[in-house]
Amino acid sequence: MDAIEVKGLTKRFGDFVAVDNISFGVPQGEIFGLLGPNGAGKTTLIRMMTTLTPPSEGLARVAGHDVRKDPDGVRTSIGVIPQALTSDPELTAEENLQIHAKIYGVPAGERGALIRELLEAVDLAQFSKALVGTFSGGMRRRLEIARGLVHSPKILFLDEPTTGLDPVSRTNVWEMIEKLQRQSGLTILLTTHYMDEADKLCERVAIVDHGKLVALDTPTRLKDSIPANEVVEAEFAGAPPGWREALASLPQVLSVSEHEGVTHITTQNGAEALGAIMDLAHRRGASARRVTIHSTTLDDVFLHFTGRQLRDELGSKRLDISHLYK
Amino acid sequence: MKPYRIFALIERDMRKFFRNPALMMASMVFPLVQLVVLGYAFGGKITKVRVALVDKDTGAEALPVRNGLNAIVQDPQTFRLSEYTDLPEAVTDLRAGFLKAVIYIPPDFSQRVLRNENPRIAFIEDNTDTFTASGIFERMQQLQNSLNGPVLPPLEPGQSPASNLAGLFSPNRLPASIDIQTVEVYPYIDYIKYLLAGSISLSIFVTAMIGGGITFIDDKARGLHEGYLSTPLSKVDLVLGLIGSGAIKGLMAGLVITVIGGLIAGIPQLWEPLRLLYLVLVLAVTSLSMLSFMFLLMVRVSDPLVPRAIFGVLNTLLFFPSGAVYPTAGFPVWLRAMSFVDPFTYVVEALKNLLLKDTGFAGIRLDLAILTGFSAALIAGCILLFKRQI
Repeated sequence: MDAIEVKGLTKRFGDFVAVDNISFGVPQGEIFGLLGPNGAGKTTLIRMMTTLTPPSEGLARVAGHDVRKDPDGVRTSIGVIPQALTSDPELTAEENLQIHAKIYGVPAGERGALIRELLEAVDLAQFSKALVGTFSGGMRRRLEIARGLVHSPKILFLDEPTTGLDPVSRTNVWEMIEKLQRQSGLTILLTTHYMDEADKLCERVAIVDHGKLVALDTPTRLKDSIPANEVVEAEFAGAPPGWREALASLPQVLSVSEHEGVTHITTQNGAEALGAIMDLAHRRGASARRVTIHSTTLDDVFLHFTGRQLRDELGSKRLDISHLYK
Repeated sequence: MKPYRIFALIERDMRKFFRNPALMMASMVFPLVQLVVLGYAFGGKITKVRVALVDKDTGAEALPVRNGLNAIVQDPQTFRLSEYTDLPEAVTDLRAGFLKAVIYIPPDFSQRVLRNENPRIAFIEDNTDTFTASGIFERMQQLQNSLNGPVLPPLEPGQSPASNLAGLFSPNRLPASIDIQTVEVYPYIDYIKYLLAGSISLSIFVTAMIGGGITFIDDKARGLHEGYLSTPLSKVDLVLGLIGSGAIKGLMAGLVITVIGGLIAGIPQLWEPLRLLYLVLVLAVTSLSMLSFMFLLMVRVSDPLVPRAIFGVLNTLLFFPSGAVYPTAGFPVWLRAMSFVDPFTYVVEALKNLLLKDTGFAGIRLDLAILTGFSAALIAGCILLFKRQI
């Protein structure tokens, strides 16, 4: 039986359909990602699975408990780290965990050792007596993850766990999530709008857009599902009429699209395509201001399935070669 | 300085202001509420307070006194008379706060009147409430004047002196001058002592407003509550936990003000254990009722401005009609109705009974019962209205 089972889940707010007939299953021990832009319905979906919002239609079974019929069964089986930072800033890290351990009825004799262990796991042991209000965003997020684990849940839900964190903190949180999953075999469902996060952490990713599930598979298979291995992105100056069609006619090019002045050219071989593109540009009197080549990412997958881009920031893997053409 | 920048800021704030009904109410409507409530809460004529009459004489000369008292009952209705046959019983009820005064006509009153041997009636007053006591005493003095020796009115033009003397033989006049002997059942009460009960209730109210209103909604606005909603805490757990914590804070604030305020005001025998126990009991029930009241008001609110905006008017609507600063007997009917449903009224009464009269349990049991029932009903309402989901 899947740890999470969702069938035809729908949420309406008046006429607005926030989540539209979504179905998927998450086997035990998997890190599963819901990837989509802000407003795609990810948070609503996670709130329905964690009993915070009642579904309008459909079924969601979490750890074997129906979210409608047995919400308490769901709540005792899951740890939830909401998008907002919900730890009490006026309490210390240890006090926050103590309160949650008491809410879940963790026996008094076990609490101390458990909390020490959790604080060590999230690298906050030395800050156990510090007020949470003095913590950085990354420290607070790590504390929230520890708090979500205080009652040894079977499934951990993380809603945008690294939003608003600096790159170092994001990496720390990623490492922690991976460590947790490795050590405890915990099932983890996270939402994110960072494609690199979904790519790095998740065994399978469901791409959500406008409340609908548009694709679901492993990141590798999702990337393989689009007919390109690499993408050339360029900003052209002095592009003549019919420039896009001219690019598309090159034998090395699979598809051409343009978003906010940047031309995206998919190809099987980036280096070969780039040569042909620059040659064409030279012949037609266009010049490339900025050119990058990168392997296909989930952003390209999202673009492929939705016709829009998901990108929030450029990944460090991207190679900027525009200086070669100055 | 660029005027367009200033105008941009003004526009921003005006747009926000007009889109916030709570703020508009607070600034435009609530001052009017305060004007009306405060305007009628001070200095009104005392009416319909309960006064005991113990007539041990029942003779012919006591009759004019009784008639005079009954006339006051009819108009201006300063008090309502309750007949008692036993003076100690009446004084016990006076001490327990059920009566505001006792009028005692001694057994030899008629004989003394007829013999002209300094006839007296006793006016035993609850001097913890000086406004009410002086209001009743003023009527008693008027009664005394009307009963005592003739005071000839000036002759009207054309009136014969004989007709003017007819009033001397009115059945409502006594042949001898009587005295009213005032007995105060408590030592002198300063206004600071009178005000103490109100200050204690106010301290609990402020704590309830912060703990049950502002903190709850601020936590909601910051998203902190989401961390609790995803745990197995039930609606009952959440409501009782949030009200309980606020009530404990209110109790602590109330205790501090009781002790320090009691020492400043000079409340005698404050440390008497049984009295302290009753005080803790009243403060605990008060905190619970105020917290549940505040929580019910705020249970569906999510705008952090709302509790701040209504703080002042709630204070006015609850504190001033309670009798904390002026007796409810001086209020007009509509303000008395407010006072009747205002939990502060019962808090102030119970605290005054304990602090100023040391009535023991008899003086607080009714207030405790009302406040407990009030809290239970409000908590039930909170549980019903609390949204367990987002």
